[in-house]
Amino acid sequence: MNLLLPGMYMAADSALHRLDPRVKMGTALVLMVLAFAAHSLASYVLLTTFVIVVAILSAAPPMALLRTLRTIFWLGCLMFFFHLFTTPGQPLVAVGQLTITREGLLTGAAQIYRLCLLVIISALLTFTTSPAQLAHGLEVLFKPLAQIGLPVREFAMVLTIALRFAPALLDEIDKISKAQQVRGVDLYSRNPLRQMQSWVPLFVPIFVAAFRRAEDLATAMEARGFRGTQHRTRLHQLRMTRQDLQAALIALAVSLAILGLERSI
Amino acid sequence: MLIHVENLSHTYIPGTPLARVALHGVSLKVGPSERVGVVGRTGSGKSTLVQHIAGLLMPTEGRVLIDGVPVHERTTVARAARQRVGLAFQYPEDQIFEQTVFREVAFGPRNLGLNKTEIAERVRWALGMVRLDPAMESRSPFTLSGGEMRRAALASILAMRPEALILDEPTAGLDPRGRRGLLARVRTWQVETGAILILVSHNLDELARIVERVIVLDRGLVVADGPVRQVLSNGALLSAAGLDVPQSVTLLRALHDAGWDVRTDRLLPEEAFEEIVRVDAGHATALRALQSVEAR
Repeated sequence: MNLLLPGMYMAADSALHRLDPRVKMGTALVLMVLAFAAHSLASYVLLTTFVIVVAILSAAPPMALLRTLRTIFWLGCLMFFFHLFTTPGQPLVAVGQLTITREGLLTGAAQIYRLCLLVIISALLTFTTSPAQLAHGLEVLFKPLAQIGLPVREFAMVLTIALRFAPALLDEIDKISKAQQVRGVDLYSRNPLRQMQSWVPLFVPIFVAAFRRAEDLATAMEARGFRGTQHRTRLHQLRMTRQDLQAALIALAVSLAILGLERSI
Repeated sequence: MLIHVENLSHTYIPGTPLARVALHGVSLKVGPSERVGVVGRTGSGKSTLVQHIAGLLMPTEGRVLIDGVPVHERTTVARAARQRVGLAFQYPEDQIFEQTVFREVAFGPRNLGLNKTEIAERVRWALGMVRLDPAMESRSPFTLSGGEMRRAALASILAMRPEALILDEPTAGLDPRGRRGLLARVRTWQVETGAILILVSHNLDELARIVERVIVLDRGLVVADGPVRQVLSNGALLSAAGLDVPQSVTLLRALHDAGWDVRTDRLLPEEAFEEIVRVDAGHATALRALQSVEAR
């Protein structure tokens, strides 16, 4: 594997890697909601401190973690400018029809900060949780929905396969685009017409490869006795350990503290 | 054409725990009409090296020059230089996309901007090189067998008539007779045109028949670069790089150790045979040993 997707799992042995995926996913979800629900500065200080502590525990390289923020660069810019010009309040600068307000500047900055927290929290989750664990955790967390007839296990299986094959597909795309470049396809042409022409030699082989892979996978699953997810058992059962419970309690305490801070204003 | 690799290093996914150094300050020169084999175990950097020569990767350090032009740059000159290099990847059939075999093979020449008659002439020639029936021209390439698809894909590279042809394990999976014939024809074409031929292969017996010079890579470093006979008969060097010596060398070495006065740098079975006959024409044991090696 020679390519990296932002937020891809990095195998390591850290406190966060060992944690039960259900605890990690539950905590991540609560923290993300809090990141958007909180308003006071104190809440953000507490939340940020907690995220930093978790990041240190995760043993994830800080640069790789920060690099995931690149994925939201344009979205962040868009949100910032939107808030900058549309929030009513004390005017700072006027550019033609548009007025920049003090409130707009603050809200815009706060929104970007929330977005960054969101990305860092989810990156911490995906850096330290393997795709198989993620899917397993999701399956358990959404189990109640199976009661009302939703195919939760099937969704988990689909998710596992998708996560498992995303890097493989990426490698395939890389290889095919190189092979077509050798045959004279100009992928980086500034001429939009030429660029569109280069899509056919890329997409046809990529689709062919994806379908072939799917067929091979289906055969391999059948050969190993896969018959739907109804009676499927697991080799590794998730078990809550003392450390998992402690971590869950700490996360709960931090969340309650943030809620408390919000209440007290 | 002159290929000049200067102090080339490559790291995949730098700056993360997944970073992997594939090439470590590699320098080499390949001149016109050279036939070079690149060998090394899996992960030794062979594919990375040839992709750099084709200008498909950005060097982490160093550069590759083709007739003095750095190939990875985004200039028209560099693009023209890249177009003179043809690279067939492992499993080239994965790149097939056209509606007919003819159009598939014609895709490269068309991108070179050739006219219709020239394209048709090259397609015919390339299909002949890989021994595909001209009647297949109008068929969809996806209806061909695996081996035929592989040959059609190789034809599409050959049809561009590159000045440097790089084949990265192109024959893995083809039947032995078919691949010997294909490589022999490629070699003949190379001799006639004076192009550069670079062959990446695990099969040293196959390489010994084609190339004159061998470069051994191990963990991203060039550990040997020299005449084929010298490099491929050096058992200590090859096993240190995780490779097997050619079978003829194994046989001759065994005879040598048993007290025979044979040279051990004969790489092909027929050369080994001559060597054995030279030393002791009537020796039945040796001939039997040879037969057993060939039967394998």
